[in-house]
Amino acid sequence: MNNTSQLQTTTGRSGSARNDAESTLLPPVDIVEDAGGITLYADLPGVTRDGLEVRVESGHLFIQGTISVSVPEDLKVLYAEVRGSKFQRSFALSSELDTSHVEANLKDGVLTLKVPRTEAAKPRRIEVKVA
Amino acid sequence: MNLYTVRYPTDLFGEVSRLQQQIEQAFRGSATDIRATARGAFPAVNVGATDEGVEILAMAPGVDPKSIDLTIEKGVLTITGQRPSSLAEDTRATTYARERFTGQFRRVISLPDDADPDRVNASYRDGCLRVSIAKRESSRPRSIQIQ
Repeated sequence: MNNTSQLQTTTGRSGSARNDAESTLLPPVDIVEDAGGITLYADLPGVTRDGLEVRVESGHLFIQGTISVSVPEDLKVLYAEVRGSKFQRSFALSSELDTSHVEANLKDGVLTLKVPRTEAAKPRRIEVKVA
Repeated sequence: MNLYTVRYPTDLFGEVSRLQQQIEQAFRGSATDIRATARGAFPAVNVGATDEGVEILAMAPGVDPKSIDLTIEKGVLTITGQRPSSLAEDTRATTYARERFTGQFRRVISLPDDADPDRVNASYRDGCLRVSIAKRESSRPRSIQIQ
């Protein structure tokens, strides 16, 4: 599984201070693979089910999340380590992964994605018969 | 480096110039507090002020709110807690990426002098911990009538 981050992400980060509110953040991920397929965990704080978009398109997995945190109208920002309005990351999926059975779960800002292997690609034990 | 830009560099010179831009950007804009920890600390924190008080937003996804410890002492807010690893200790599984923070965390934030520690409200939602601390009544802005 390759990681091809969107070019948009980098240009968003190097924008001027004016663009900070609109810039795109890169969510940190944990990726694990076992015999059944690949499991991905992504940190998307402030993203609700409505703001989350998970898409599979021509062998690529796209994760997009809009941050929706309610702030009081007269809030003056004093110190901000997170300056951005959305998360975005994409990955190239190899053909042995079954993209039609992706399972996604969003809880407390953590997205868990399970992409199983296609039946044909699952490892199989071969019986050795004693002649 | 900011918590949300960890990635595997594919282009070294691009990476270096991005790092330089980030450092410049980090020092532009709002001032840093003397207690502010190194960049990349978990959870990332945003602090804002309204007429009513101070609002602190800590981005801590996947943390059990019952395990978060919030204390205010001498004008300093301390957030401590723990985030366990989601990756099961399965030796047959291959780990390709492990960018997410795991383990104990601690953030310390200086509060303005007029923050009232008796009027604090904290809530956790969608991975964001929000702490609102009201200002002392006597320090709220008020207009004075001139006779």
